[in-house]
Amino acid sequence: MRGFLLNRLSQSLVLLLIVSVIGFVVLNLLPGGPLAQFGLDPSMTQDDLNRLKEQLGLNRPLWMQYLDWAWRLVQGDWGHSFRDGAPVLDVIGRHLVATLLLMGSSTVIAIAIGTWIGIRGATHRYSAFDYLATVGAMVALSIPTFWFGLIGIYVFSLQLGWLPAGNMYTIGDGSALNYLHHLIMPSIVLALVHVAIWSRYMRTATLDVISQDFVKTARAKGLSERRILMKHVVGNALLPMITLAGMQLPSVLTGALVTETVFTWPGMGRLFLDSLGYSDYPVVMGLLMFSAILVVLCNLIADIVVAIIDPRIRLS
Amino acid sequence: MTKDSTPKSGYSRRDALRLMAAGGLACFAAPNLLGKPAFADTANPTGRVVVGLSQEPTVFHPLMAHIEVDDAVHFSVFDALFRMDPKGVLQPNLAAEVPTQQNGGISEDGLNWRIRLRDDVRWHDGEPFTAEDVKFTLELITNPNFRAWRTGGHSLVRDITVVSPTELTWRMEEVFAPYLSFLAETFMVPKHILEKEADPNTAAFNQAPVGTGAFKWAQRVAGDHLELVANPEYFGDGPYIERLIFKYIPDMTVLYTQFKSGDIDLTDQAYITADHYEEAKTLPGRVVTLQPGASLESIFLNLEKPQFKDPAVRQALYAAIDRNAINDAIYYGVNTLTETFMPKASYYHNPKLPAQEFNLDRARKILDEAGWVPGPDGIRAKDGVRLSFANSTTSGNNLREQVQQFLQQTFAEIGVEMTISNMPAAVMWGDFWLKSQFDSAMAGVTYLIAADPDATNRLHTSAIGAKGGKGSNTAQYSNPEVDALLEKGARTFDPEARREIYYRVQEIVREDLPFLPLFAPTNVVGRKEGLEGWEPNSNTRTASWHAAGWRWQS
Repeated sequence: MRGFLLNRLSQSLVLLLIVSVIGFVVLNLLPGGPLAQFGLDPSMTQDDLNRLKEQLGLNRPLWMQYLDWAWRLVQGDWGHSFRDGAPVLDVIGRHLVATLLLMGSSTVIAIAIGTWIGIRGATHRYSAFDYLATVGAMVALSIPTFWFGLIGIYVFSLQLGWLPAGNMYTIGDGSALNYLHHLIMPSIVLALVHVAIWSRYMRTATLDVISQDFVKTARAKGLSERRILMKHVVGNALLPMITLAGMQLPSVLTGALVTETVFTWPGMGRLFLDSLGYSDYPVVMGLLMFSAILVVLCNLIADIVVAIIDPRIRLS
Repeated sequence: MTKDSTPKSGYSRRDALRLMAAGGLACFAAPNLLGKPAFADTANPTGRVVVGLSQEPTVFHPLMAHIEVDDAVHFSVFDALFRMDPKGVLQPNLAAEVPTQQNGGISEDGLNWRIRLRDDVRWHDGEPFTAEDVKFTLELITNPNFRAWRTGGHSLVRDITVVSPTELTWRMEEVFAPYLSFLAETFMVPKHILEKEADPNTAAFNQAPVGTGAFKWAQRVAGDHLELVANPEYFGDGPYIERLIFKYIPDMTVLYTQFKSGDIDLTDQAYITADHYEEAKTLPGRVVTLQPGASLESIFLNLEKPQFKDPAVRQALYAAIDRNAINDAIYYGVNTLTETFMPKASYYHNPKLPAQEFNLDRARKILDEAGWVPGPDGIRAKDGVRLSFANSTTSGNNLREQVQQFLQQTFAEIGVEMTISNMPAAVMWGDFWLKSQFDSAMAGVTYLIAADPDATNRLHTSAIGAKGGKGSNTAQYSNPEVDALLEKGARTFDPEARREIYYRVQEIVREDLPFLPLFAPTNVVGRKEGLEGWEPNSNTRTASWHAAGWRWQS
């Protein structure tokens, strides 16, 4: 176990190093840069822009900027945002809560409904329900999320007036009920795609388990279908889902760009888009490293969990 | 992952449900982590106004480098010595009077300035505002370690002397008349707070500013909104509303939707898009008005490119632009046609410039006479130079893209080839724009700094960034007569004398055509019925320049 962990950790560090170098170089090679936002301001002279460039340390060679950034990162200093001067970790933290709220609730919905649809689809193969679920999943996967979002806003906000058109809460009303009210539409819209993915995976996994010998044995013993399903099939079918969940977890924390924009949700996806738009290098690099660390960590955890649950997998 | 499974899984359905329930609970508990909003302790001001902005204000230290959208916050939290009113006239704000040569505030030679201050102003923390704060503010701007916004004008100030708590004097290194207007956008910051900070760039003040303005800082939810509360001790008129909220809505369509649904009370930058104007006008309970802006939408021609060196080409291109069709068909007729960079609201706007006329035959004739002959491919050429160029603007702006396609077609009819090469804003307005790397660019640009008619930064030869100059003359325009007039204008304090100078500048520029004016953009501003005291002011960069005067009709 220790050998496995050490091996995986060292691989992960090398991976993070590569990601950071590529990210830093690509970001800095893009034309424009953080001072382009002042390009149309007649009061910003070339002298002023040069001075700002120097003050932000952008006039140094790229390798020097990278080493400086990486050295500080190792010491726990993720730098300061060019836009508002706040520490990068604070900036990420401020948006993380909003993202957790939205992505967390949509993931819960997606897993609950997707798992149920998948199992029912597999146990009632080629039934009307199964066909409907298959077509539904195809539709949800092929139509972009923002379309669902805009239709939702049009129908439920502007026409019926049942749900808010966006925002995380009504300013001045911080009650949990108010958050819940605002959460309904974006989390359902966001869950649609994930329900489709989960139901397809779950259906395949369940079918796989159903055809196994131990299920046939259980049937031969005269156990009821319901008991077989609950006791023997679901648990085993969920096993591969752990890896899927592990792979999806980083996206839960890194946000959903389009949905957050349509619903004016102040989450990580929008932070990434805004920071990229302003070439706020410290924040973009911070977000990149944050998600890279998450991907590495979640994969590692998923591997370990699967190995613990399934004793036939040896961590070595 | 494995394909084989055993019935001895340790993971049950109950575990899964337990996990889901825990996740769900965590979601509903999370709002409490966001902090509670602050409430004003004042009794009189009532209600709140939510202002929708399409960019997020992030720079709250008003002297640091910032963009237009931050002004909405600065104007509410801080005060400057003077304020530019909707007519473009300077009014005293923290200063007791606007210094002039007549009242002795500015010496006859324009070099010695004396400022008298009000004696009844206090910072939001209760400390009195004095001449020491003004001195500190002006010195901070030119501190080499400070990431200041504009230093032009301020860098000429010498020997600031505090005569008394309500009076100070300084000497200017050279005469610079626009400095009065610059000071209208220079917000005063508190010495007693900032002098204790080791690094003014990362001071705590920058995240929770303290000013003298009508509204005090309450809280900011990053990426979402920020909230200000009424300052009951404000020295001026107002405030009448208890809370002022700036809400950030990045998508223009969503911004409009939220205006429709009543989530926002007033649309500030970037307002309502022209294509929604007709519908917006009919919304019940909403007042939608057209407000002239201060910028000019035009086609910039890079005058160092051989195609554009010939004035005949510039005149022919201008004659080939059907400006009425562009405004009516693409911009729903909301904009105003203009011949100059000077905003119509300005005292210095020259109304007597020759009006452009759309005439393709005339355009062809000009080119024929200048020796631009169509080649075998139909594109004109002269001395080996093809009359072909690229036009660039920010990608994703569908209205501008439609204008480009329209121009591409009409230019082709006179034998001119225009290709379209758009790029993201962060690329477009970087070196590509500042160092004049474009052939031609479509941009909405303001020429004036703080509404002063001086346009040196855009039109003077010494302002060509691509040639090492100090400004943003990206068209690389150079005309000795204009240079001399601009220099004279910056040394003249008398408004009438200045008007003559800038009228002449506009005449010459209209003739030279370093850029082809398309229209003066008009902002479609929407506000909720009952919101009173809101006043447009195209001499400032924000619709929220005077929130102190806003009130809800009871």
